Amino acid sequence: MEMRTNFHKKMRGIQDEIMVLGNMAEVAISQSVDALKNRNLILAHQIINDDIKINRKRYEIEEKCTQLIATQQPMASDLRTMICVLNIITELERIGDYAEGIAKIVIMIGDEPPLKPLIDIPRMADKIIQMLRQSLDAFVQRNAEAAIQVVDEDDEIDNLYNQVFRELLTFMIEDPRTITRATRLIWVAHNLERSADRVTNICERIVFIVTGKMQEIGASNY
Amino acid sequence: MELNQVLFDKEKVVELGEVKLKTEGVSLYYRNFQALRNISLEIPDRAITAIIGPSGCGKSSFLRLFNRMNDLIGGARVEGKVEFDDISIYEDAIDVVELRKKVGMVFQRPNPFPMSVFENIAFGPKRHGKKNRKEMEEIIERSLKQAALWDDVKDKLNQSALALSGGQQQRLCIARVLAVEPEVILMDEPCSALDPIATLKIEDLMRELSQDYTIIIVTHNMQQAARVSDISAFFMMEEDRAGILVEKGLTSEIFTNPKDKRTEDYITGRFG
Repeated sequence: MEMRTNFHKKMRGIQDEIMVLGNMAEVAISQSVDALKNRNLILAHQIINDDIKINRKRYEIEEKCTQLIATQQPMASDLRTMICVLNIITELERIGDYAEGIAKIVIMIGDEPPLKPLIDIPRMADKIIQMLRQSLDAFVQRNAEAAIQVVDEDDEIDNLYNQVFRELLTFMIEDPRTITRATRLIWVAHNLERSADRVTNICERIVFIVTGKMQEIGASNY
Repeated sequence: MELNQVLFDKEKVVELGEVKLKTEGVSLYYRNFQALRNISLEIPDRAITAIIGPSGCGKSSFLRLFNRMNDLIGGARVEGKVEFDDISIYEDAIDVVELRKKVGMVFQRPNPFPMSVFENIAFGPKRHGKKNRKEMEEIIERSLKQAALWDDVKDKLNQSALALSGGQQQRLCIARVLAVEPEVILMDEPCSALDPIATLKIEDLMRELSQDYTIIIVTHNMQQAARVSDISAFFMMEEDRAGILVEKGLTSEIFTNPKDKRTEDYITGRFG
């Protein structure tokens, strides 16, 4: 028999809002790379504006968690969930910041001619979005194995990042006039690589919710 | 991918004392009704052990095993071993009065005797043969200080204990237990009749006392168990209403990461 109906209903409400926040972060990453591909400065400015909404959503959820902790004294897995929610929303908000960072680079690049067609950077973004979705699914299902699986996939991000870095380095060595443009693309790739690390942090928290053990699962090379 | 090391291991930072009390395969019957089934639990010295669980799961019956209070109920029968400092206390040779001196008890409602504060505390030591007035005054001051009540009552030792507030009366009852120099204090819902401030005072007092005494508390208030105890034991009822021990462990573990699904469900309010 469910005894704390009201409390658990509110917890489910918070979980729904995390999905919303996760979706906002996902859209921001996706749009930032689109803006880069298409030199869409209007979209870049919009991403920067929308980041304020992401931040606001994060603090809204934080406030609700604080209220629930103060009034309901959650215990055991409920307590672990509340604590982890506070961490997860921070990670999601930071992913939004990386997207904003990419949007700022897009504005910096402005209408400079493209250095090369973008291949690996959009791949990184697609992979991150996939990882982010899987991590939030793992959260909803309280599935530690699925969360660990997502962390494993971070290797692919690291490999893509390496590839982007090496390729751009070659450009710079061959023609120093490309240094400015190449460096900006490396910044973009770095922002994406960091976003993926945030996803792995989320996954570690999911493992903690399920098992009660805080474990570092395969640290990134960067 | 393999899991790296656990970043933080709580169990390493808690050290517990020797085993003071112990039950081994204990079952308790009231005539045909089995109240407790096969309970094995070790109670560490100089620590607070909380017994939690839903109503009717045998928490109080379990507590009363240790000072043989169940003996007072007709038809009560104990199977298995109950030990105090490795001595089995359900042997014929055990002096129950002496046992109850070592194992004091505080009840749900403060129950001071209808006499002065002084006489309340002096009652136990007198029965155990202390007569000297000077010695008695020392016992009373020490007990009241230990129970954090001295400053409240030092000027009204000869007034009726019934004039004290509920929280003060409960601390008086604790002082009365301390006056006979027990080693163990059993507390059966000691704060359920008190307001929140008085409750916090008793809880603070319990933490103080746990440096010198072994304390077992039965409580319905899980936040209280979480706040004051070092060890928690979760009891529940089986289908025939016999109480069983489901899980025991460090309070820090039980309330953050219980191992048994039934404990988890109970403390998160998913059943009760």
